[in-house]
Amino acid sequence: MSLLEITGLKVGFDTEDGEVQAVRDISLTLERGEILALCGESGCGKSVTAMSIPRLLPPDTTRLSGSIRLDGRELTELPERELRAIRGKDVSVVFQEPMTSLNPSFTVGFQIAEVLRRHENLSRSAARTRAIELLELVGIPAPARRVKEYPHQLSGGMRQRVMIAIAVACSPRVLIADEPTTALDVTIQAGVLDVFRDLRDRLGTAIILITHDLGVVADIADRAVVMYAGRAVEEAPVTELYARPRHPYTAGLMRALPSAAVTLEDGRRRLSEIPGLVPPPYADPEECAFHPRCPRAQDDCTTRRPALDTYGTGHLAACFHPLSAAAPATGGGS
Amino acid sequence: MTTPVLEVKDLVKHYHVRGRGQAVRAVDGVSLSIGQGEVLGLVGESGSGKSTIGKCVLRLTEPTAGSVHLSGRDITHLSRRALRPLRRDVHMVFQDPYSSLNPRFTVGQIVAEPLRRHGVARGAQVDERVREMLERVGLGAEMRGRRPHELSGGQRQRVGLARALVLEPKLVVADEPVSALDVSVQASVLNLVADLQRDMGFSCLFITHDLSVVEFLADRIAVMYLGQIVETGPTKKIFAEPQHPYTQALLSAAPEPDPARQRERRRVVLAGEVPSPLDPPSGCRFHTRCPVAVDTCRTEEPALIGVRDEERPVACHLVTATEVPDITGRD
Ligand SMILES: Nc1ncnc2c1ncn2[C@@H]1O[C@H](COP(=O)(O)OP(=O)(O)OP(=O)(O)O)[C@@H](O)[C@H]1O
Ligand SMILES: Nc1ncnc2c1ncn2[C@@H]1O[C@H](COP(=O)(O)OP(=O)(O)O)[C@@H](O)[C@H]1O
Ligand code: SF4
Ligand code: SF4
Ligand SMILES: [Mg+2]
Ligand SMILES: [Mg+2]
Repeated sequence: MSLLEITGLKVGFDTEDGEVQAVRDISLTLERGEILALCGESGCGKSVTAMSIPRLLPPDTTRLSGSIRLDGRELTELPERELRAIRGKDVSVVFQEPMTSLNPSFTVGFQIAEVLRRHENLSRSAARTRAIELLELVGIPAPARRVKEYPHQLSGGMRQRVMIAIAVACSPRVLIADEPTTALDVTIQAGVLDVFRDLRDRLGTAIILITHDLGVVADIADRAVVMYAGRAVEEAPVTELYARPRHPYTAGLMRALPSAAVTLEDGRRRLSEIPGLVPPPYADPEECAFHPRCPRAQDDCTTRRPALDTYGTGHLAACFHPLSAAAPATGGGS
Repeated sequence: MTTPVLEVKDLVKHYHVRGRGQAVRAVDGVSLSIGQGEVLGLVGESGSGKSTIGKCVLRLTEPTAGSVHLSGRDITHLSRRALRPLRRDVHMVFQDPYSSLNPRFTVGQIVAEPLRRHGVARGAQVDERVREMLERVGLGAEMRGRRPHELSGGQRQRVGLARALVLEPKLVVADEPVSALDVSVQASVLNLVADLQRDMGFSCLFITHDLSVVEFLADRIAVMYLGQIVETGPTKKIFAEPQHPYTQALLSAAPEPDPARQRERRRVVLAGEVPSPLDPPSGCRFHTRCPVAVDTCRTEEPALIGVRDEERPVACHLVTATEVPDITGRD
């Protein structure tokens, strides 16, 4: 049994413009000690999928169905009170903006200790000692001094490390990191990614990493799920995904990177584009959601929706006319 | 030699923070120049002073010291009034396509505004120029009546470009114009900028923290650290052989979108944090994080000079005619 099993998850939100279908249908698994990346363009449903696990979604407007099992225990049926015990203890979250998630009026030591006292019943002094250990774990120099400081006294990179320290304080089994390095400089990002790798290696924490940065995925993830319009369109171990993307969207994303620029005959440098826009999240037509933008689309793509098919071990893609394994990332007609 | 379109000399900008005696030394002695039709990529981490340079060039903020010349003319101390006609020649594109366009105006009005302000076109001419410009940035006639909130991020950025280019300026300052966009949208905006630049021939100061973007677009780059340029030169040369330890760190930290290669690379994780621009380190400003620093680095400020190659000055004591430091080979 996998540590986490999400099956047929659908999440909608009631809004003035009608129901927003943020997650249309997604199934995924997370193994112990695994780093799983969720990627795709903004609005494709990465954050909503992940936040459905600890159910950090607006209770009044959210419609959620499907199954989320953590160690076999169904989370979607749990009342709020029981979920609260799970949040921060079994499943914890690191957000993109470290400043807005920390409370400016308390020292970082206090904020870490709070989590420990709430979930682990540690005494005040034991919690403080543990807080220093945790700051050390996430690579903050002079932790004994830093525990006494307030968030504004720390740099962005250090605040993000403090957020990670809080998130792992109770040794969660699942750590969700939502764009944890997007607001950081690259030289700082490298250090924060090392912290995640280290946590996985030393504590066996399973991590769901949400990112739109394919460089970050290449650096740290074991497996990746590519989402488009609220569904998984491709899923594979990372080396396999980059070497042999099958879905035209995945291949398109990889070729659109500035590092994949090609030089034309007249000397111009060119990036490969994905024309068009992501479909609006309201309707859910019975067709491939990518077809208006897809260079490989054919008639059948507009009449039915492709289901995920298997292409080798652990490699799934939802496409009627996938790229062949032999001609990786070339896109275009078949 | 022809006169550069933009020449910045010994530029200093200190912001005085209210209630504190100290000043934020945002830019501290920067010189750079951009030739006709050239794209200079200004890179560096957050807070290094990139946007401040852009603002000084456009006189959106007053430089503390130093000079800014546009096509040979000193504009550093020109009055607002004397500056006005020159505003035709320099335009800016901002990072945030959401807040940089007036939400009450239609796309057509936004692009027509510079034409009207400078009185370069009237009546039907304005319509004609606007239509042409929108077409050039890939926006159809049906977009003219729309307002910013009805557009996607990429479309808004195209409107920003159209507005900046409609007067056919000599220089465009683009401050992180694609940073807020998704990769697929970013690709089409970058292709557009490259095409427009080539066809219209404007010079460009392109500010970004994304190295792969400058590698794609810039002819030359300048790398900033804490308010100063530490290395500058032709893009190809710097990417092939970065000489300043900070440039080396920056290039090695940006992850490559290729798992096999990325996992084999030696990454340098810099120790410590970026020091405060309120109180920058003595000597070489990078010495607190530089893995190869020597004693001199703490006391003597290295000059930005082309000891090895005139085309590419570097500010580091260890870059000499015979040696270049290598921080990626160390443990
Ligand atoms: N109006 C201001 N008043 C005081 N300090 C300022 C002001 N504007 C900028 N600064 C400071 O000047 C320094 C340089 O800022 P600048 O905006 O030029 O950086 P940047 O390189 O563009 O960074 P980013 O990549 O984050 O946009 C920073 O320390 C910043 O906090
Ligand atoms: N609380 C909410 N109410 C209404 N719509 C929402 C809410 N949260 C997210 N959405 C919408 O759901 C879709 C998926 O969002 P999200 O999961 O945040 O995307 P991303 O992949 O960028 O993380 C988007 O269209 C977004 O606007
Ligand atoms: S199913 Fe058709 S439209 Fe959809 S991704 Fe595959 S080829 Fe393209
Ligand atoms: S001058 Fe010294 S501290 Fe500065 S970059 Fe060179 S070696 Fe490092
Ligand atoms: Mg998100
Ligand atoms: Mg800036």
